[in-house]
Amino acid sequence: MSGTIGDRPPLVELRHIRVAFGGVHAVDDVTVDLYPGEVVALVGGNGAGKTTLIKTLSGAHRADSGEILIDGEQVHITGPRDAKALGVETIYQTLALADNIDAPGNMFLGRELISRWKTLDYSAMENATRKVMGRLNPKFLNFKDPVASLSGGQRQSVAIAKAVHFNARILIMDEPTASLGPAETAQVGELVKQLKAEGIGIFLISHDIHDVFDLADRISVMATGQLVGTVNKNDVTMDEVLAMIIMGKRPGEATEEDIHHLHE
Amino acid sequence: MSVTEAPTDNPKSATRSRLSWLGKILRISSFRNVFRVAEIDSRLLGMLGALAIIWIAFHVLSGGTFLTARNLWNLSVQTAVVAIMATGMVLVIVSRNIDLSVGSMLGMIGMAMAVVQTEVLPNWLGIGHWAIFPIALIFGLVLGGLVGGLQGVVVAYVGVPSFIVTLGGYLVWRGGAWALSRGRTIAPMDRTFQLLGGGSRGVIGETRTWIVAAALCLAIVFLLWNARRQRTRFGFRLRPMWAEVSIGTIGCAAVLGTVFVLNHYYMAENLAKQYAAEHGIVYPAGGLQIPLGLANPVLIVLGVAMVMTFVATRRKFGRYVFAIGGNPEAAELGGINTRRTLVKTFVLMGVLVAIAAAVSIGRLNAATSGLGTLSELYVIAAAVIGGTSLLGGIGTIPGAVLGALVTQSLQSGMVLMGIESAYQQIVIGIVLIIAVAIDAIFRKRATT
Repeated sequence: MSGTIGDRPPLVELRHIRVAFGGVHAVDDVTVDLYPGEVVALVGGNGAGKTTLIKTLSGAHRADSGEILIDGEQVHITGPRDAKALGVETIYQTLALADNIDAPGNMFLGRELISRWKTLDYSAMENATRKVMGRLNPKFLNFKDPVASLSGGQRQSVAIAKAVHFNARILIMDEPTASLGPAETAQVGELVKQLKAEGIGIFLISHDIHDVFDLADRISVMATGQLVGTVNKNDVTMDEVLAMIIMGKRPGEATEEDIHHLHE
Repeated sequence: MSVTEAPTDNPKSATRSRLSWLGKILRISSFRNVFRVAEIDSRLLGMLGALAIIWIAFHVLSGGTFLTARNLWNLSVQTAVVAIMATGMVLVIVSRNIDLSVGSMLGMIGMAMAVVQTEVLPNWLGIGHWAIFPIALIFGLVLGGLVGGLQGVVVAYVGVPSFIVTLGGYLVWRGGAWALSRGRTIAPMDRTFQLLGGGSRGVIGETRTWIVAAALCLAIVFLLWNARRQRTRFGFRLRPMWAEVSIGTIGCAAVLGTVFVLNHYYMAENLAKQYAAEHGIVYPAGGLQIPLGLANPVLIVLGVAMVMTFVATRRKFGRYVFAIGGNPEAAELGGINTRRTLVKTFVLMGVLVAIAAAVSIGRLNAATSGLGTLSELYVIAAAVIGGTSLLGGIGTIPGAVLGALVTQSLQSGMVLMGIESAYQQIVIGIVLIIAVAIDAIFRKRATT
């Protein structure tokens, strides 16, 4: 554990989570936790079960068994609304944007601001979106057109703004930089550091081992639905993490020879 | 950066822009930019242009009989039934569904309302009782909501594609219409009920028509003012004053012009004589010109279109329908109850079909088991010609009403020209395809 964490209970604990799709264990008895102000990276190959695991926390999927604790108390998340009410916000790999709706509409999708007359308060939503964007991506100026007409980076900004605006305590980022150029990726990195400093706990799913080492405090490695192990970033080398991902071997279990194989 | 992408400009710039509207318009290089700055839907304008071309062409081809008060008044009434249903079809299609059953539903609900008002209620209340009209109408609306809701539940909760559910409904409800009457024609309708269909009694007269026009003009001004006020609240860039004034003026002029034309359609001579006798007027030798004013079905279309536009663009429900059409997964992840939303769109569709059915049987003063046959196709065509994308997520209520007006204009124009109905179908079918083709081409250009 990193030094800033004392005896407080974790912000989130996912205990013994299992999800099966017709006999296939997509997630098989996985336990991970996350502390306030901490970034835990979830890494693993395709089909390792990272996204499925995290969907049980974001409410997109029900776990078949296992428990979810927030602030040490067990919670029941039956849908995205429950998760959001508990302060869990998610940036999905697919971004989950309605292409035919503008940026403010997407930011408030499912949580629209309503006027006294029970109508959508377009101006208030646009105003709030402008404020968040002013902080996240000042170059973002298109608040009226459907998001289909925006660039990949701008769409990503909308997805991030959506998660940040609602004062998340727990943020899930599923491949947040997959569609971004180098400058925008760096921007997301800055954002992660900023949110972390505000005490938000972040689960970061990423394929990019450099991103992971740059941003994460701890790294949980999954393979074929199971947790290989969770390690403190400062205690391991990239090679050791790669050995976990590719061979499913924990640091110490992997021999010099194994590591050598990785580089062939 | 294009002109509209400017961030929160200083609202003072609006004052400066008053200096020279013409200069401003000239400086904005192309028409497209004018529309962008004025925030006018250029698609809708394109449709109005197409409608104008169709009207003028028919006027010329029919030897000057199309653009007459009489024909336009009839056109307004004939468009009503399809227009009412098209407003609901827009939402159904936007949500990535389809409703093929509306024509059969119209037949069954119309028949049910006819049976209730002619064979059930008179036994309890006596013929001509005032309560027959409201009871029969409410019965129809509830039945419409239930039938639509039933189809919606099977689509949303059971997971049967709407194409299949409503294809089944197409057969079921048509059979239901026949079963209710065993093939008889039910007539006549209750006297008050007939008023829903227009006709010489179902009109509001000259003065009240002008009052409706004035109310519409006030509404246009209020909406423009309110939109401006909302933007001022947060200091957003305002629409330039020249655009506000132009839109308001053009909108009001269109309303007043339409009403002016429609108010030049007069009562037929025998009715005018009857009217003169009833009101103690001596019937003059040169005839009496009494404007009929707007017909009730037209008022119903106006009301339905306004309510549906409000629901589609100002209410959460409408936003959710569009979100589901744009990306069902995103809607779900946003915490939207997508299934309940879909059921609601089908309930709404059913209620609108019931309103259309009431207008239909009121207008015919009868119900037959064939009522509404093929109208599902005209309703879908109206929505699609009006810019609704069958892929979901895109469509507007005013577009659908205009689409209904376009199809009806084509039909009635061809009738005036004496074209046989088989050829009419050919033309409307081709126009439908052309309309969608033009749309597809424009969209491709817009994205590349």
